[in-house]
Amino acid sequence: MIDKTALWTVIVLLGLGSFGLRFVFLGVIGDRELPEWLLRHLRYTAVAVIPALVAPLVIWPAATGGETDPLRVTAAGLALAVGAVTRNLYAALGVGALVMFGGGWLLGA
Amino acid sequence: MPQPNVMSSFWRGVRDGLPFLLVVGPFALLFGVIATEAGLNVFETLSFSVVVIAGAAQFTALQLLSENTPVVVVLASALAVNLRMAMYSASITPHLGALPLWKRMITAYFLVDQTYAAAALNYEKHPNQTLAQKFAYFMGVVLPICPPWYVFTLVGAWLGNAVPEGLGIDFVLPLAFIAMLGPSLRTGAHRVAATVGGVAALVFAFLPYNLGLIAGALLGMMAGAEFERRMLPQEGKS
Repeated sequence: MIDKTALWTVIVLLGLGSFGLRFVFLGVIGDRELPEWLLRHLRYTAVAVIPALVAPLVIWPAATGGETDPLRVTAAGLALAVGAVTRNLYAALGVGALVMFGGGWLLGA
Repeated sequence: MPQPNVMSSFWRGVRDGLPFLLVVGPFALLFGVIATEAGLNVFETLSFSVVVIAGAAQFTALQLLSENTPVVVVLASALAVNLRMAMYSASITPHLGALPLWKRMITAYFLVDQTYAAAALNYEKHPNQTLAQKFAYFMGVVLPICPPWYVFTLVGAWLGNAVPEGLGIDFVLPLAFIAMLGPSLRTGAHRVAATVGGVAALVFAFLPYNLGLIAGALLGMMAGAEFERRMLPQEGKS
């Protein structure tokens, strides 16, 4: 059972802290010009963060206790390839879901 | 009175944000279910999603809380998971930094993985938008992502234990991010940034507090920027 004081402390402080992280640059920098080298790095934030977030989830999924699942790796790889080639988010989603859930059903997992 | 092109930016945002409903819905539902199983009531569960509004950090905090981890460690871990939000804030600032303070505060509150990703990709693809159009686009993206986050948390909390495990529902989150990533790998620099980001996150996965994610992201950004700097004369800007 989670202690109520601990729970509310975490909810409130985590909320404030998360807002702080989101606000830090927007609030402090405002519309001041940022240097070109920094802007160049920021252009690649999204495409660098997403694989960094996703790769461990695909390779070591918590649902299997961290064991690599060939089905998940295949589904992820195909979804990425289809997305990169077709430039279509829905095509990538469809292929990934089909492989993951269709494959799981076929293999009786 | 908003101008018509501002409204069309808003609706473009709504349309671009809509696919994320497929992610946010199940993910919020899952949080609601897991929080209820951990002993939180409906009000506590909903408060968690409204106040914190960050899926991965919420799951991290909940997991550690149910293991009776000290509050300081819970906060440090969950905030480390959310460190990427500071990068989002930095990345979005050149586009929205000129907004009045209250609009920047609203933007900051709603700056989550999906809203950031959609907005950052859109601003990069269409750099000639006005500030009003960019903010309208952002709020458009927020609409199908953030309110459903609250609603589906609530539904999950009510459903409680009814959702069966082992359906591979956990895969919905990575899949949605991958589907978003593929179409955005437009140049060599983007592909280099993505590859280095993913590989480095795996290499540094041993680091505590999710710092592997931060390391992967920073190295990926550096790789992409360096690649762009070297290829600039040949490939052109982005």
